Amino acid sequence: MLDQTEGYTTADGRKIGGVVMEMKNITLRFGGVEAIKDISFDIREGEIRAIIGPNGAGKSSMLNVISGFYVPQEGQVYYKGAPRPPMKPFEVARQGIARTFQNIALFEGMTVLDNVMTGRLTHMKTGLWGQAIWKGKAEAEETANREIAEKIIDFLEIQAIRKTPVARLPYGLKKRVELARALAAEPSLLLLDEPMAGMNVEEKEDMSRFILDVNDEFGTTIALIEHDMGVVMDLSDRVVVMDYGKKIGDGTPDDVRNNQDVIDAYLGVSHD
Amino acid sequence: MVKSSEGASGLKSVPALLHRNANEFGSAPAYREKEFGIWQSWTWAETLEEVEALALGLIDLGVQPGDHIAVIGRNRPYLYWSMMSAQMAGAIPVPLYQDAAAEEMAYTLDHSGARFVIAGDQEQVDKVIEVQGQLPDFEQMIYLDPRGLRKYDHAKLHQYSHVQDAGRTKRDELAPEMAKRIAALDYDSTCVMLYTSGTTGKPKGVVLSNRNVIETSKSSSEFDGLRQSDDILAYLPMAWVGDFIFSVGQALWSGFCTNCPESADTMHVDLREIGPTYYFAPPRVFEGQLTNVMIRMEDAGAFKQRMFHYFMAHARKVGPAILDGKSVGFMDRMKYALGELMVYGPLKNTLGFSRVRVGYTAGEAIGPEIFDFYRSLGINLKQLYGQTEATVFITAQPDGEVRSDTVGVKCPGVELKIEPNGEVFYRSPGVFVEYYKNAESTADTKDPEGWVATGDAGFIEEDSGHLRIIDRAKDVGQMASGALFAPKYVENKLKFFPNILEAVVFGNGRDECTAFINIDLTAVGNWAERNNIAYASYQELAGHPQVLTTITEHVEEVNRSVAEDEMLSGCQVHRFVVLHKELDADDGELTRTRKVRRRIIEEKYGDIITALYDGSQEISTTTEVTYEDGRKGSISATLEIRAAVTSAVAQKMAAE
Repeated sequence: MLDQTEGYTTADGRKIGGVVMEMKNITLRFGGVEAIKDISFDIREGEIRAIIGPNGAGKSSMLNVISGFYVPQEGQVYYKGAPRPPMKPFEVARQGIARTFQNIALFEGMTVLDNVMTGRLTHMKTGLWGQAIWKGKAEAEETANREIAEKIIDFLEIQAIRKTPVARLPYGLKKRVELARALAAEPSLLLLDEPMAGMNVEEKEDMSRFILDVNDEFGTTIALIEHDMGVVMDLSDRVVVMDYGKKIGDGTPDDVRNNQDVIDAYLGVSHD
Repeated sequence: MVKSSEGASGLKSVPALLHRNANEFGSAPAYREKEFGIWQSWTWAETLEEVEALALGLIDLGVQPGDHIAVIGRNRPYLYWSMMSAQMAGAIPVPLYQDAAAEEMAYTLDHSGARFVIAGDQEQVDKVIEVQGQLPDFEQMIYLDPRGLRKYDHAKLHQYSHVQDAGRTKRDELAPEMAKRIAALDYDSTCVMLYTSGTTGKPKGVVLSNRNVIETSKSSSEFDGLRQSDDILAYLPMAWVGDFIFSVGQALWSGFCTNCPESADTMHVDLREIGPTYYFAPPRVFEGQLTNVMIRMEDAGAFKQRMFHYFMAHARKVGPAILDGKSVGFMDRMKYALGELMVYGPLKNTLGFSRVRVGYTAGEAIGPEIFDFYRSLGINLKQLYGQTEATVFITAQPDGEVRSDTVGVKCPGVELKIEPNGEVFYRSPGVFVEYYKNAESTADTKDPEGWVATGDAGFIEEDSGHLRIIDRAKDVGQMASGALFAPKYVENKLKFFPNILEAVVFGNGRDECTAFINIDLTAVGNWAERNNIAYASYQELAGHPQVLTTITEHVEEVNRSVAEDEMLSGCQVHRFVVLHKELDADDGELTRTRKVRRRIIEEKYGDIITALYDGSQEISTTTEVTYEDGRKGSISATLEIRAAVTSAVAQKMAAE
């Protein structure tokens, strides 16, 4: 059984709790290619955990292992203390894990509000008939869920585009809508796949603020993959560094910054 | 001073009016705010409870009678209540512009000596914390939206709802003290202190008494027949005197409902949902809406476009006359009714003006074409003229006497006089008490008999009694030839074109006039899109040759129109430049109410002005810009200077 009690306190005074998810000796292969080689690390309750690394390091594969989309050939994933069996995406969502995608995956033809409401689906209990007849329970359920969706819209300051079809929005806002949809599921673990990719400085600042606020306000545990080193170092409590499928560093941003292996991986090193 | 109705039914303060409203129409809506996608609403009785809870909480925190309490944030019911709570605690509310940078805020916060600050959100809290070292009097801050503030040191910080809770808990203990403080308020006690936008120099704190606010609210409400059932949308800065009078003074006097938008971005949607009956907007907003309508019509299908233009032409012909109740032929009326069904009604609905009974514009002169556009749709848009020192109202247009070139007749209780140099003076029950901690300026502005200089040059039309404003008295000048130079007159004509957002005309003491022009990114950007013109930045679009050609055409059209006016024909623009950046309040080029600060622009862009007059074809320049967070940067550009054809000066002048 894993230790669930021991936590730590961050530099800004936040209390980080016990382990929510633990990766133990994970190895993932695609045919002959080893995308992830024997990696272990944990994610603790309430922390912002980053996974970084150069292109092709296996970051997205790692996130997909965390989300349960890939099942590793070796090793075991523990979620809330118990080994996690292979499961379908909707089962993962019901467990309280939500994610955003590197290449935005929203319903383009639907409005922002409808997209956010889809995030509430796992919380809706009424069946097909109840929804079709639309009286009593189904209606009350939708009202309650709409309220939660609206709170998230307010939180992410996207009120002005509530009724706008997603296809008409600029890239930076779509990213924000995707975050809104993930938040609507009220996840206990939020996975963000390159939340800042392709954004300008201002959009990155906004997104960073939202990520910090989400963590602060809802106490959501966040695991994120990001290329932008500045952002990662500012946001995260602990960082895992990967290179060629191997873990080459793990610790606070400062530890990682001063780690010679990490510097070599990012700056390159001469092989003579 | 007129004291006739002083103390009528004991309504000598804002808290007294609030009590009356809670008693007389307790179940009627007093405030609405859209939040979480729904309009949340509070009745007058609920409002009183909220305001009292906060007032008790403030007393509990140590607010003393006579303290200044700064209120900073966007228009929200809670912040309007904050101002009333401050008054109930015997303190004086000082609303400040929420978009001011921390440094600007430091000046007003320090000058007012505010011990307490009530801030809307983290952004405002951060600004105050940033400058608190410069504020010897500052003690405690209350914030409304707790988001992002959890980790802050709460030694000096309190959450709004917690202060209210504390007030509710200690109600029995503190209520007598609150009642005593409310009872101490009379017509001469200070109601509010508002800072002028500071077109010239540092902002000044204008002290307004209960007499100023209540007398003005009463007479202006009667002037326009405002009713308890009216609705207004509160979206203009709370620090601006107009918003205080509309959303607090008149709202309390008449008992109508103040509606606050969800956010600044949703203002137009919220406007449409509320459909206010009483509406105020500066000309800029009306211009912006007209520009949007025109852009969207350009994108509409051919049939809709033809129908729109056909009926709009008819509306321009007979619409204003119908609105003024003049006689209009039967066929024209029928055609107008058809137009109402097909075009005007849907358009008004889209704009959110379906229910507007009284609409005002002020702050700047409005282009006659823009004004007539709204009037012709049947929207009772009128002009008023006022300033902070007068508690807004100096003159206003009565129904049926509305014209675009005047600002109306004097408001009830107001006296007007015109000095030989053309400057307008007034005296009224609304005349401010003093500039806070500035006896010198008070004496300069207000003479011992109570006459106040407006700083505007104008004249009263003999037959109608309407006041006409020409320009700021200090901006009106002479050209080298001795001809009258009135820059705003020309700028307003330029700004009527949807493509032109802002214009600044120079020429005082010179041989000819020149101008700076800002393009309107929405309008020009839309045009570029339709014509497949690619651009990467505002700067690139502003310098595009085709844009310059279009602007040249606009300038030349204005020149033709200016030439028709004998007195002002010297003000035609000979050369102009399209600026590479938008004039911005953050750079000090505009006031927070978005009026042009000429002196600063002249200093800052001295090199461009020189180039306008020395015959250069282009000018390379570097301009410092300030970002919203206060950091500075610079942009460089090479600007092309264009010459515009001027029209022959009116015949009579040539013959002389």
